[in-house]
Amino acid sequence: MSILVNKDTKVICQGFTGSQGTLHSEQAIAYGTQLVAGVTPGKGGIEHLGLPVFDTVAAAVAATGATASVIYVPAPFCKDSILEALDSGIQLVVCISEGIPILDMLAVKAKLDTTGARLIGPNCPGVITPGECKIGIMPGDIHLPGKVGIVSRSGTLTYEAVKQTTDHGFGQSTCVGIGGDPIPGTHFIDILALFQDDQATEAIVMVGEIGGTAEEEAAAFIEANVTKPVVSYIAGVTAPPGKRMGHAGAIITGGKGTAAEKFAALEAAGVRTVRSLAEIGDALAEITGWD
Amino acid sequence: MNLHEYQAKALFADYGLPVSEGYAVDTADEAVAAAEKLGGTRWVVKVQVHAGGRGKAGGVKLADTLDEVRAFADHWIGRHLVTVQTDANGQPVSKIYVESCIDIDRELYLGAVVDRGSRRVVFMASTEGGVEIEQVAQATPEKILRQAIDPYVGAQPYQGRELAFQLGLQGDQVQQFMNIFLGLAKLFEELDCSLLEVNPLVITAAGDVHCLDAKVTIDGNALYRQKRLAELRDPTQEDARELEAAAHNLNYVALDGNIGCMVNGAGLAMGTMDLVKLHGGNPANFLDVGGAATEEAVSEAFKIILSDSNVKAVLINIFGGIVSCATIAEGIIGAVQEAGVEVPVVVRFEGNSSRQGRQILLDSGLNIIAATSLTEAAEKSVAAAGGQA
Repeated sequence: MSILVNKDTKVICQGFTGSQGTLHSEQAIAYGTQLVAGVTPGKGGIEHLGLPVFDTVAAAVAATGATASVIYVPAPFCKDSILEALDSGIQLVVCISEGIPILDMLAVKAKLDTTGARLIGPNCPGVITPGECKIGIMPGDIHLPGKVGIVSRSGTLTYEAVKQTTDHGFGQSTCVGIGGDPIPGTHFIDILALFQDDQATEAIVMVGEIGGTAEEEAAAFIEANVTKPVVSYIAGVTAPPGKRMGHAGAIITGGKGTAAEKFAALEAAGVRTVRSLAEIGDALAEITGWD
Repeated sequence: MNLHEYQAKALFADYGLPVSEGYAVDTADEAVAAAEKLGGTRWVVKVQVHAGGRGKAGGVKLADTLDEVRAFADHWIGRHLVTVQTDANGQPVSKIYVESCIDIDRELYLGAVVDRGSRRVVFMASTEGGVEIEQVAQATPEKILRQAIDPYVGAQPYQGRELAFQLGLQGDQVQQFMNIFLGLAKLFEELDCSLLEVNPLVITAAGDVHCLDAKVTIDGNALYRQKRLAELRDPTQEDARELEAAAHNLNYVALDGNIGCMVNGAGLAMGTMDLVKLHGGNPANFLDVGGAATEEAVSEAFKIILSDSNVKAVLINIFGGIVSCATIAEGIIGAVQEAGVEVPVVVRFEGNSSRQGRQILLDSGLNIIAATSLTEAAEKSVAAAGGQA
């Protein structure tokens, strides 16, 4: 068991023949992901990386039965690509690209709310169920099939959490990078709900950062709904207010969205927090009693 | 991207919104000429900087004579204005906005932001104009009225009317307010705004609704389709090192500590700063070299970090994902040799080829301290910078 993706998930890639699409599709195939086709408008009919290329997502879905799509197209075209995937019946859209205009995401999010589909990202590393399916740009070899569910707003911080849970031998059920944008397709609470219901997930690591109130909402959700142990780290204690810290969503505005508030909310909800990102694995071992 | 008040007001005028007539000028002579052209016996002169709190800092003045207009411009042009929203150095003043003066009866607030919680553009209005809306939100949250805009159908006239009646507007003011509300909503969407503020929105002595101030922030990610607005950028209002970093696709934010940080990934970059602080040190900056972390990026990052004379040590924290730490090690050696780095450099590699990368650094004979863990890297960089702060 796992969440979102597994060894049977059929995946297509939008922006397949571009440099990013090619690089990461090669790695996904090598990892064992069931990548079944690519989409690049105008290049339908050719073969790329040994897979068929289609002009439209609808054609790719009709020919392959794919249910997931990963998007590597440049930011100005992402809204169109996401909507195309949703309208073609794709159930899981993973958008890696960074820099999508915020008003584009408001429209995408409104559309998403009317469908049963899920969007992971944008501006994220993607989703991986170790040993089964890798959709995104994360390095596959640091992962280990296992029992910790990881959800994070940051790519490299996800890798840190993965590395520590691998070094401890716990492994990961599924790792989800929800992305660093202010309007993400999926929020912490959506993934926490999935992890709570997933049999393979025995504990959860949630990595947040400054900006917005997603961590506070997650804290309330955990208190009410999550019975599995949760370890959380929040980045940005030293971030000055009013400054965007790399991610479009990582900004303290009007005194709101500080790491201190988020730590306080999570601790009040019974979550084990760590102030050092190096202690995620140790804290997990401590609260679960795992060796 | 922030705009100046005079630029925002020009956009307001394009959208038919009521703003005062005014001119942005570069010299005291031009300021006087602008006042003469406007006519009347009283003018408002305002410094143009990207910061709020101008009034309290002396950057806004009512001038009753042309000599006062001249004196204000003479005083401010070429100086820096320090407000509660700027750093201690303030923002440079190169333009003054000279505006005709109107008599005010009431001050209101009207603004719009992208609300992350509701995932909508949300308009906020309040009878408490002229003060910071965050303060109103804190002290008297019930005084903030809201209208969320449906991304499918856009702002509707009834939403403007609702706000107008709740604000206690009467007669023609309701229609005037509704038009301003709809105009701002159109401007927000068409110009890819991330924030709009009219603070204050005033009722004039004549009873009309009027936009006395204007603040507009454009979504930087949308500038590719807002070329006209991209040209309005004023780099003098931005941090020089942040601009230099952005030109090389690096994300840099200056802080006041002495340990320079170079990290791949925004989250890890914040986490590294926090770790330095946790171990008793003070980070000098946030710097994300990006996922690829090429030799060129590392080299540019060094130059920017070392341009801060407070930096006593540099901590490089790289989690090699797709990119190999061995490649980055070569990049660091090249950059250290080229830039002539004199402060100690602590490097922590993890992930792809990290052991190999460490060995390359050790064999280089340079003053590079290789750390084997995050915690060790933080401790060693704090020690290298001269111990705990």
